[in-house]
Amino acid sequence: MKPNDKPIMKLDRAAILADARRELDMPSRRLFGKRLLTLGGLSLLTGCSITDDKSVNAFLTAVSRLNDRAQAFLFDPHQLAPTYTEAQLTRPFPFNAFYGIDDVPEVNGSDYRLKVSGLVTGQRVWTLPELYALPHAEQITRHICVEGWSAIGRWGGTPFSEFLRRVGADTSAKYVGFRCADDYYESIDMPTALHPQTLLTFEYDGQRLPAKYGYPMKLRMPTKLGYKNPKHIVEMFVTNTYPGGYWVDQGYNWFGGS
Amino acid sequence: MVIDMDTMKATLTPAREAAPRNTPIHPIWLRITHWLNAIAALVMMFSGWRIYDASPVFHQIVIPPSITLGGWLGGALQWHFAAMWLLVFNGIVYLALNIASGRFVAKFFPVSPRAVLRDLIAALSGKLSHTDLRQYNAVQKLAYLVVIVDLIVLVLSGLAIWKSVQFPLLRELMGGYDNARIVHFCAMAVMAAFVVVHVAMVALVPRSLLTMLRGR
Repeated sequence: MKPNDKPIMKLDRAAILADARRELDMPSRRLFGKRLLTLGGLSLLTGCSITDDKSVNAFLTAVSRLNDRAQAFLFDPHQLAPTYTEAQLTRPFPFNAFYGIDDVPEVNGSDYRLKVSGLVTGQRVWTLPELYALPHAEQITRHICVEGWSAIGRWGGTPFSEFLRRVGADTSAKYVGFRCADDYYESIDMPTALHPQTLLTFEYDGQRLPAKYGYPMKLRMPTKLGYKNPKHIVEMFVTNTYPGGYWVDQGYNWFGGS
Repeated sequence: MVIDMDTMKATLTPAREAAPRNTPIHPIWLRITHWLNAIAALVMMFSGWRIYDASPVFHQIVIPPSITLGGWLGGALQWHFAAMWLLVFNGIVYLALNIASGRFVAKFFPVSPRAVLRDLIAALSGKLSHTDLRQYNAVQKLAYLVVIVDLIVLVLSGLAIWKSVQFPLLRELMGGYDNARIVHFCAMAVMAAFVVVHVAMVALVPRSLLTMLRGR
């Protein structure tokens, strides 16, 4: 019995000592806790300034670049976006741009030329009749806006992957960049450029693409958010140098995939 | 035999009492994952409100921009898609440790509708005991289980919105892209309600805040 009693006695003494020490420590610890909470509360109150902080913005931008890579990894080049029936079309299809509908650019089709440049063997300009003569494809797909809303539209044009091969694009390059008549600019990754549903679009709902939806052409990608789909394209180029984009340079995620 | 049992009890009791004193009410991994989850979930909610405002699912519900995070849609999206990594990976660590350690079953089960009702009535009439913070009452068990499931629903519906093309199964499970946004919003509302009640309960039993900070 004796050897058993001893450690129990020791334990009790230790516990009492620990209790006493804890009680002695309490006032300062309480104060520390209080100050910590107040500090947290203050930083919450200045919530707006957290967003303006340079280092925070740098961190968030770095995570956004990481998210580009994560999305490129998730992107399955064979995974098709769902297609819909004519009855499911959203009418009217919403107009959306970084300007109002009154400021939509008026592009003259007769003197319009599409410039194709960069890492392509067939560097040249294309007229609209030449583009309209390319193989035709149609799709009824959902357009998803970064704001959250979505709309189903019917688009006609030519598969972009075929067009890229026709112009002798280096499809091992990283990016395809676009410049537009409304001073918009955008760029996409090559796997998305080659996706079977990526469509160089000349038609909306069986009609010539109206000015509000991007006459004379837009790049329609049901695998990307709306802002990644450039309208009024006047130049495209294949490159390995990151070209950025109008919204992307202001903080939207570059990959913008869906 | 009887005498032996009694002497054993007598000698063991002090040691037994000493044991829970030294083992924390909440183990260190639980406290860390709890606070990381709190940060991630709140950042997700406040930035999510700003994203929601860009195109409200329910036209009559708009969140005052002053209580949102991010400043504008692009900023809110950056916060949202940064905090998601913390929410998901921290959540996986929490669930894995919780289940593997047996704490999940020990703490949250059994939980019966009758016990929940009994404890709810006791709580509302101010008769619910909070002396032993080791033991969750039935209402607590239910609330924590609900918020765990709710966070899983939030992550899955969020994935369906973010990658509606890449995850077709998830998209169809949520009833399509537009419906996934409704699921995401409703799950957010459940989480917000939990946060309000949870913080109110902590204010009523401040000792529970200390145990989540220092373990005892």
